[in-house]
Amino acid sequence: MVGYSKKVMEHFMNPKNVGEIKNPDGYGKVGNPVCGDVMEIFIKVKDDIITDIKFKTFGCGSAIATSSMVTELAKGKHIDEALKLTRRDVANELDGLPPQKMHCSNLAADALHEAIKDYKNKK
Amino acid sequence: MNRIYLDYASSTPVDSRVIEFARPYLSNMVGNPSSLYSSGLSAKEAIDDARVKISRLINAENEKSVIFTSSATEANNLGIIGTAQRNISKGKTVAASAIEHISVINSMKYLQKNNYNFNLIPVDSTGIIDLDKLTEILTKETIVTSVMYANNEIGTIEPIKKISEIVHDKGLYLHVDATAAAGRIPINVQDDGIDLLTLSSNDLYGPQGAGALYVKPGIKLQSIIFGGGQERGFRSGTENIFAIAGMGEAAKISQKEMNSESQRLIFIRDKLIKEITEIDKTYLTGNPTKRLPHHASFRFSHIEGESILLNMDMYNIQIATGSACSSKTLEPSHVLLAIGLKHEEAHGSMVLTLGRSNKIEQVPNIVKAVSETVKRLRKLSPLYNNGGN
Repeated sequence: MVGYSKKVMEHFMNPKNVGEIKNPDGYGKVGNPVCGDVMEIFIKVKDDIITDIKFKTFGCGSAIATSSMVTELAKGKHIDEALKLTRRDVANELDGLPPQKMHCSNLAADALHEAIKDYKNKK
Repeated sequence: MNRIYLDYASSTPVDSRVIEFARPYLSNMVGNPSSLYSSGLSAKEAIDDARVKISRLINAENEKSVIFTSSATEANNLGIIGTAQRNISKGKTVAASAIEHISVINSMKYLQKNNYNFNLIPVDSTGIIDLDKLTEILTKETIVTSVMYANNEIGTIEPIKKISEIVHDKGLYLHVDATAAAGRIPINVQDDGIDLLTLSSNDLYGPQGAGALYVKPGIKLQSIIFGGGQERGFRSGTENIFAIAGMGEAAKISQKEMNSESQRLIFIRDKLIKEITEIDKTYLTGNPTKRLPHHASFRFSHIEGESILLNMDMYNIQIATGSACSSKTLEPSHVLLAIGLKHEEAHGSMVLTLGRSNKIEQVPNIVKAVSETVKRLRKLSPLYNNGGN
């Protein structure tokens, strides 16, 4: 077990934007149950602005917290702005993650990017 | 909610009776046990007294067969490496079960790097060692075979007496790590046919900083720590008198209370197992009957163990998990993989180990917390609705 910041624990205990969106404009999925992390992100987009976003995550505390944080950061943003969000941005907004969690459980930004790419492909 | 500690297999708090007994050795009674002045003598007496208490707990031939170390890890290192190196003329092969503690596995790997052959013996899906495979693997060149008395992660008790018969028929010496079992189920090194046995103070409600290795009279091993020749030359370095005296007293208390305490804990354990396995897609890990009295371990499909641990902590309940995400290596527990769980199954494990502070009245609160935790995490999980196993 590793020490998490207060902010990580807040997002773990009360994650924002949990769930699925029916008929999303974009859908992204990353991770693998074998590795212990799977994240799904659903987005609704209007005029290239992310109007709604939901997630579902299987994984450890930081996997859940980063998923929640990335949905908060992306909501209301232009898709090009949202594409610029990095794993590091997500970790920084959570007041940091333990070093060994930076890679494996910090895939939320990747899932968001996948969802935006999916939206762009569908357009 | 009041704190409920369910991680006794990781560490037991020091019993207050043990602290009271050993406290004088932290201050006025302490001298160097190798000195002849009076405080030195009382320190030596404290160690000898502890040696007697430990030898009684495991029914050793005599107290001289107990060597104190700094920890169970050191005792495992000494028992395995010290015996393998001292008896190298008899062979250069060692063996261990696939579910041994990392200090056993890494001692074996150290020998392997030094040109010994290392054989890993598989276990079945409940964690019981494969006796046929053991028989097949061992030869007279197998100097040390290490099998734990019981496993700390899944609670499975190994058939040590049968294992001893096979080892002594086909191989040479049997080392048994009894860290998880000692003080919880009766151990009789003579009756069980054990050559080397590891014990840990802080798994017996004793202080951290002491462990012990039982060495059957007549077995030769060499030291792995070099210095002034304490512990009959097997373990140099000034003795940790407080921890050793405490360990002895802890062993005495555990032995005296073992019977009634295990009956009490089995009752709580069985109620927990019954009620928790009623949760959807929840499975007991380990053996349903050959199981330590204080041990209840599970896996839940579609959720991850570190999340379970963090969520349970919100109820002020401390549990353990074999999930990769809670370990430094990010590898799932080798024990759970050895019993045949897939990686994704091993991620969702929860280990509850009971002890002296637990009461039957806590069961409803524990079960409620587990059930709510599983429900919440599954609601977050993209895997749960998709079915699967």
